[in-house]
Amino acid sequence: MRIIRIASALVAATAAVSLVGCASNETAAPAATQTATGATSTAALSGTLAGKGATSVKAAQEAWTAAFQTANSGVTVNYSPEGSGAGISAFTAGAVGFAFSDVALSDEQEAATFTGCAPDSKALNLPLYISPIAVIFKVEGVDSLSLDEATLAGIFAGRITNWNDPAIVATNSGVTLPDSPIAVVHRADESGTTANFTDTMHTLAPEVWTWESDKVWPADLSGETATGTSGVVDAVTNGKNIIGYADASAAKDLGHADLLVGDKPLAPTADAAAAIVDKSPVVTGRGEHDLALALDRKAAGVYPAVLVSYGIVCESYADAAQGALVKAYFGYLGSDKGQQDAAAAAGSAPLSSAMLAKVKAAVDSIT
Amino acid sequence: MTRPNPTAVDGDPRPGAVAPASVPDPRRPGEAVFRRLATGSGIAILVILALVAAFLLWQGFPALLASPEVLAKQAYGAFGTWVLPYVFGTIWAAVLALAMAVPVSIGIALFISHYAPRRIAQPLGYVIDLLAAVPSVVFGLWGRQVLAGATQPLYEWLNTNLGWFPLFSGQVSTTGRTILTAAIVLAVMVLPIITSLCREVFLQAPRLHEEAALALGATRWEMIRMAVLPFARPGIIAAVMLGLGRALGETMAVAMVLSGGRTITFELLTPDNPNTIAATIAQNFPEAFGLKVNQLIAAGLVLFLVTLAVNMAARWIVARRAEYSGAN
Amino acid sequence: MSVTTRGVRSTTLTAGRLPRWAVPAIGVGSLALAYIAVDLATPGSANPGLVVALAFVLHLVGVEVSARAVEGGRQAVDRRAVNLVVGAFLLALVPLVSLLWEAINQGIARLDPQFFTYSMRNVVGAGGGAAHAIAGTLWVTGIATLISVPVGLLTAIYLAEYGRGNRTAKVITFFVDVMTGIPSIVAGLFAYSLMSLLFGPGSVFGFAGSVALAVLMIPVVVRSCEELLRLVPNELREAAYALGVPQWVTILKVVVPTAISGLVSGVILSVARVIGETAPLMIAAGFTASLNNNPLAHPMMTLPVFVYDSIAHPGVDVQPYYDRAWAGALTLIGIVMVLNLVGRLVARRFAPRTGR
Repeated sequence: MRIIRIASALVAATAAVSLVGCASNETAAPAATQTATGATSTAALSGTLAGKGATSVKAAQEAWTAAFQTANSGVTVNYSPEGSGAGISAFTAGAVGFAFSDVALSDEQEAATFTGCAPDSKALNLPLYISPIAVIFKVEGVDSLSLDEATLAGIFAGRITNWNDPAIVATNSGVTLPDSPIAVVHRADESGTTANFTDTMHTLAPEVWTWESDKVWPADLSGETATGTSGVVDAVTNGKNIIGYADASAAKDLGHADLLVGDKPLAPTADAAAAIVDKSPVVTGRGEHDLALALDRKAAGVYPAVLVSYGIVCESYADAAQGALVKAYFGYLGSDKGQQDAAAAAGSAPLSSAMLAKVKAAVDSIT
Repeated sequence: MTRPNPTAVDGDPRPGAVAPASVPDPRRPGEAVFRRLATGSGIAILVILALVAAFLLWQGFPALLASPEVLAKQAYGAFGTWVLPYVFGTIWAAVLALAMAVPVSIGIALFISHYAPRRIAQPLGYVIDLLAAVPSVVFGLWGRQVLAGATQPLYEWLNTNLGWFPLFSGQVSTTGRTILTAAIVLAVMVLPIITSLCREVFLQAPRLHEEAALALGATRWEMIRMAVLPFARPGIIAAVMLGLGRALGETMAVAMVLSGGRTITFELLTPDNPNTIAATIAQNFPEAFGLKVNQLIAAGLVLFLVTLAVNMAARWIVARRAEYSGAN
Repeated sequence: MSVTTRGVRSTTLTAGRLPRWAVPAIGVGSLALAYIAVDLATPGSANPGLVVALAFVLHLVGVEVSARAVEGGRQAVDRRAVNLVVGAFLLALVPLVSLLWEAINQGIARLDPQFFTYSMRNVVGAGGGAAHAIAGTLWVTGIATLISVPVGLLTAIYLAEYGRGNRTAKVITFFVDVMTGIPSIVAGLFAYSLMSLLFGPGSVFGFAGSVALAVLMIPVVVRSCEELLRLVPNELREAAYALGVPQWVTILKVVVPTAISGLVSGVILSVARVIGETAPLMIAAGFTASLNNNPLAHPMMTLPVFVYDSIAHPGVDVQPYYDRAWAGALTLIGIVMVLNLVGRLVARRFAPRTGR
C-alpha cells in the first residue's frame, strides 16, 4: 500500500515537472532562413552562438538576439552579461564566440593567443554600441543644473562640498541652491562607465581630477557607493542632495545636468553622443579592420561623457561554422536596422553611416 | 545486568561491546555496507572541501606571491593593506547581524515550541519559514528601496541628538545605505535558519524533565531555563554557526544594500563603510582580468581562513562547557 | 494557617494573581499613552513605528511593575519572558510582512498563465515569461538536492551514530562548519573551474550550477540533521539493540523516523537556502533567454538569475522588466512554500506517534 502511494506521488510529481519543461512560444517549426541584412545565404544557419561581456549592452543584446533568432529560427544566441573582463577572459580561452567590452582590447590583451580563433588570427574591436553617460542629481528645489568641467571634477573629487558653493552658483543663475552638503555616489564595482567618466574628467580638467582614467573609482576618495547602474539610479532616486553618474538611458526620470564645454551647455542626448565616434580617430598600429577608437572628448560640439562598447571577434575562426554564425550575427548588428533596434530597446545612439560602412567592411572580412 | 555504555569502543554502542568492532559479521553484510557508506560520505565531504581549498590556493597564490609593486600596477595594490578593511567589514557586519538575530530567533523558537497554542504552532513555524524562501536578490531590493528609506530618518535623529556617541558620529548618510542597514538585512536573512533549527531542537526537549520541573512548582520560564535551554545548548550553537556562515558569506544582498568602501570605522550611520569580502569579489569579478582575478580569489581564501578561525574559537568555547551531549 | 485580611480571594486558586483582564488592559493603556506622548512630541506626524516601539516598552514596564506588586518576583520574571518572546515573534513579522507586501504588490501584475508558459526567446520589452527560468531552477535545484541529501544525511548518520567522539568525526564536524562560510560566489567559481578543467573552457551548463549549489547545501544538511539525530533518546536505540536489531536497521527504522520531522525541516531549509542564490548560478549555469531542458549542455536560466537580470538590465521601458522580476521572485517563494508543505506532509506520514 505504502509503495503504491509513494509511486503514485512520484508519478504525479514527474508529470507536474514535465509540464513546466516546455514553453509555448518555442514550439514553432523552423522557418525558411532569411538574413536580416538582405544578403543571400545558401544554407540555413543553425547552432548555438555563445557570447559574454559588458553589462551595458545587455538590453541591446536582447533586441539583437530576438531579431536574429526570429530571422534564423535554427539558431540560439546566448549572451551572458557578466562583465567586460569576464568576457575577454572567456573569449581568449575560446569559451565563447564573441565578447563585448566597454574598453577596447589593450596591446597586451591583443598579443595573447586566442584559442577559438584560427592560428595567427588576431582579434577585432568593432564599436557597436554608443551610450551617453549622464550626470544625475536630486537636489531640493532644483530642476536643472549646468556645470562646467572644473566644477564637475571638483564636486566628484570632493573639493567642492556644499551645494551653494560659489563655483556652482556661478553657472546656475536663476536657480536657488540649498545650503547643504553634497552627497556623491559612485560605482562600487569596476565598470566601463566609470572608466569613461573618469577619462572625461581627466581629459577636460586634469588639474582638478588628477587621477588617470580607470575602471575603478580612486581609492583615496570616499563617498557613497552603489553596485551597478541600477544601484546608482536607485541611490540618487532615494537620496537627498545627491549627485552621481550613470548611463543616460537608465535614468530617464532623474535630472540630467548639462555640461558646459566652452560656453555651450550640452545635454546627454543620443545625437551629441554619436558625434564623438565620427570625430575620433582609429587607434594606430592595429590590424586593417580593427576599429578601436581613441575617443577625442575635446572635439567641438560633442558631449564628452560617452560610453562606447566594442564587439570583439576573431579575424578568422578555427571552427568554420562558428565563423559563419558570428559573421551573420555581426552583419546584423552592424546594419542600420540592427542599430535602430538597439536604439529602440536600449536607448543607445545609432552609429553614423560612415562608421557603419567601416564596420561592414570589417565584418565582411571575418571568415 | 550491566548498564549500557553509551560511549563504548570505537563508537559501537552495543552494550558490552569490545574491540574489534571493525571485523564485519559475515551473517550481517548490511551492517558493513551501511557503515562504509556512511563513513564514505563523510570522507567525500572532506574531499569536496579539500578541492575547494585547493582551488582557492591554486587561483589565489599568484597574487599572494607577487610583489607589492606588481600588484599595484596590475591588480589592486599590496595584498595585506588591500584586504584588511574588507576583513574588518565582513566580521563587523556579521557580528552586528548576529547580535540582532540570535536573541530574536531564540525568542521566536521558544514561542513556537513552548508558548504558542498547540494548534497554531505549526502554521506559525511555517510563516517564519517563509522568510527563508525569499531569494537574496529580493532582500537586496527590499533593503535598498524600503528599509534604507525607512531607517534614514532614524539615523538622522540619532546622528543629530546622540552624535557624541562614537557609533553614531560622522556625516550621516542621505540614502540610509549604511552598515547598520546591511546588518539588519543580514539579520533578517539569518533569522529563519537559526529559528528553524532551534525550534526543532526545543521540540525535542525531554517531556519528563519539563513536566517534573512544572510539577515542582516552577513557572514556565523557569522550566525552560532549567530543562530546555541546557539541553538545547549544542543545538543552539550549531544553529548560530549556520547563521554565522550565512552572514559571513552573503554576497548579493550586501552588494546591493551596503555603500561599501575601504574605510575602517565603527560608525554605523555614515556612507563610508568597510565593504565585505564577498561583496567585493562579486562587484569586481566581472571586470577583472589576469592578476586581478587572482587577487580576488585570494581574498576568498582569506574569508575561508576567517571562517576557520571563528569556528575554532566557537568550538573552544563550547568544549569548555560540554556537559550535555544528547538525551540522557 | 492564618487567613489574611484580603478577603474571599485570598483562599481561592487565583489569590495573588493578576486578574485575567490586567495584561490586555495594560497593553491598551500603554498604546494610548505612547500615542499621546509621540503626538505631543511631534505634533501632526506621529510615526507608527515609534508609537508601537514606545507602547511595547511601556507595556513591559507596566506588566513588570504590576506583576511584582501583586504576584511576586518569580511570576514577574515569567511574565516578562512571555512578553519578550511574543515581542520577538511580532518583531520578526514586521520584515516578513513588509517583504511579502512589496513582492505581492509588485509581482501580482504578471502572475498570469503566459508568465508560466512562455520563455523570453525573441521577446523584447513587454510580454514573455519565465518558463525557461522555472524549468531551469527545478532542474538545477533538483539535481543539487539529489547530490546533497544522500551525502549529507549519510554523513550526519556517521557523525551521530558511528563516529561518536572519534577523531574522524571531530575533523568532519569542524570542516563542515568551515564549509558553511564559503561565500556563494566562490562556490560558483569553484564549480565553473572544475567543469572547465574536466570538459574544456567555457563549460557552462545546468549541472555545473548544481555542483555549486551542492557545495552550499551539504553543510546545512549535515549540521541540522546531525543535531536532530543526536537528540533522539538513547533508550530507543538501546531497546532496539536489546531485541537484536543490527545497528544499521536501528538507524533506518528507529532513529531516522523518530527524527524525521526535523530531518525534513533541515533538508527544506537547505533547499530554501540555495534556491535563491544568484551569484554562483550566474557564473556556473549561465544566461539564456531560451528554454533548455538538458542540464549537461548549454547554459540554463534559473529564477534568481532571471530576477536579477530583469532588475539590473532593463530596457528603455523598465516597467515590464520589473514586473517580470517581482513575479519571478513570487514564483520562487511559492516553490519553496510548496516544498515546505510537501515536506511536512511527508514527515507526518512517516513519523511515529509521540506525546507532543
